[in-house]
Amino acid sequence: MCTFAADLENNKSPIMQKIVRFLLVLALITPVAAFASGGHGDDHGEKKEKTKEEKRAENKEYVKHHTNDSHDFGLFTIEGEKGEEDSHVGFPLPVILWEDGLHIFMSSKFHHGHEVVESNGKYFVLDYHDGKIYNADEHGNILKKEVDGEEVKLAPLDFSITKNVLVTILMAVLLFFLFRGIAKSYKTGLAPTGAAKFFEPIIVFIRDEIAIPNIGEGSHKKYMPYLLTVFFFIWFLNLAGMTPLGINVTGNIAVTCALAIMTFVITNATAKKNYWLHIFWMPGVPIPMKILLMPIEIIGVFVKPFALMIRLYANMLAGHIVLGSLIAVVFFFDAFLAKTAFVGLTFFLNIIELLVALLQAYIFTMLTALYFGAAAEEAHH
Amino acid sequence: MDKLLDQFSIGLFFWQTVLFLALLFLLRKFAWKPILNSVNEREQKISDSLELAEKTKAEMESLKASNENLLKEARAERDAMIKDAKETASKMINDAKDKAKEEGNKMLAAAQDSINAEKAAAIAELKTQVAAFSIEIAEKVVRGELSSADKQKALADKLAEDINMN
Repeated sequence: MCTFAADLENNKSPIMQKIVRFLLVLALITPVAAFASGGHGDDHGEKKEKTKEEKRAENKEYVKHHTNDSHDFGLFTIEGEKGEEDSHVGFPLPVILWEDGLHIFMSSKFHHGHEVVESNGKYFVLDYHDGKIYNADEHGNILKKEVDGEEVKLAPLDFSITKNVLVTILMAVLLFFLFRGIAKSYKTGLAPTGAAKFFEPIIVFIRDEIAIPNIGEGSHKKYMPYLLTVFFFIWFLNLAGMTPLGINVTGNIAVTCALAIMTFVITNATAKKNYWLHIFWMPGVPIPMKILLMPIEIIGVFVKPFALMIRLYANMLAGHIVLGSLIAVVFFFDAFLAKTAFVGLTFFLNIIELLVALLQAYIFTMLTALYFGAAAEEAHH
Repeated sequence: MDKLLDQFSIGLFFWQTVLFLALLFLLRKFAWKPILNSVNEREQKISDSLELAEKTKAEMESLKASNENLLKEARAERDAMIKDAKETASKMINDAKDKAKEEGNKMLAAAQDSINAEKAAAIAELKTQVAAFSIEIAEKVVRGELSSADKQKALADKLAEDINMN
């Protein structure tokens, strides 16, 4: 397959090249290159043979674009012929904005950042590069305001159903029906059947290897629903990121932040006396040490969920960037051998990423259980 | 850090929180509780069953042992009965033998007695017969001796002589 693809690639037939590029990506089950968007309307017009620098910049743009959230669900882009614009294949998503009132319209109105949208007397533009919506005047100039001598772009509150939100909804629905189905399957008999055969050992693993050793038998029960939900939620979203649809939910800071804050809230809301005692008045150490440890422990309360947030975000984002870059490298090199080698390397890293998807879900759940364990611990001195 | 904050989308954060919490509550009610309950129930059942099996096994073991004992007892009883029967039989035989012997002896003694009595009677009869015969003979002799006067006189002389001599 790889050899075949690379051979065709050398033929330089533009249509074939595009098809092969898409097939290659699908075959690798990788997320990035499917979002191949050529120029973003800035450089349409004369299209020459691209220089290395241009190609490099373009590849960088693909990768960056893929890792960001988006207001439309792009599947792939067909590069325009000379003098034509690129055409994007995908579907639009609803935009929900709050700017002195509610503004709801479909993202297709932006035409991928080319058009100004008017809604209830307000004007909005979509910046295709950072994927954000800004306030603008009727000519499409972004409104700015001075803050501390710096110009800041004005943006409305954006509650749009973006690609990440849509994927999260789909995954939540999938998870709900999957596990409700599993729960129902136990009504016919106590032995697991179908999907339960696969998922039950994982559920039991989370209970026996994560929850009970870290939280303790008995008090682990009230934390189980959260641990299970967070594990499968992260795992499934990580796996969704492995599809060639250009999804990167768990590699988004807002998503990991939401998860980490929930862990933080649950930890502190359910914490027993012993937990607070260990923070504010550490038992078993001299009084000067107690005073010294107090600020450190207080900082620790916030650092723990912060680390959770950054760990998941950085791991998933880095994985996507590395994979995207490697796929870009496949297209960057002209030499057949180099292409083949990088296809192999990309495939190998893909397998690793598949493992990382599970591993990160496990680590997040494990550490969450560890924090819950500290909160639920009773005094034992 | 600036880039991180720049990338942070309030909308995405909001939706994420809402969706996750909704999923958490739905799954807790419709999935995790029933699944964990079923798993617990099954584990309980399995451990109960294992315990029961162990118990049954022990019971079987004891039952087997008691069966063995019962068998042993039965065997011993049978042996004892056989022995008893044998003893009784041999005793009966011996008793019968003794009795028979005794009876025989008794009969023998009775026969002897009757033989002796018969013998004595016979002897007495014989003695009577012999006396009778002797008297008859003596009568006959005496009659011959006294049949003539000479003879009577000779006899008287002889007798007188016998008496004289004395």
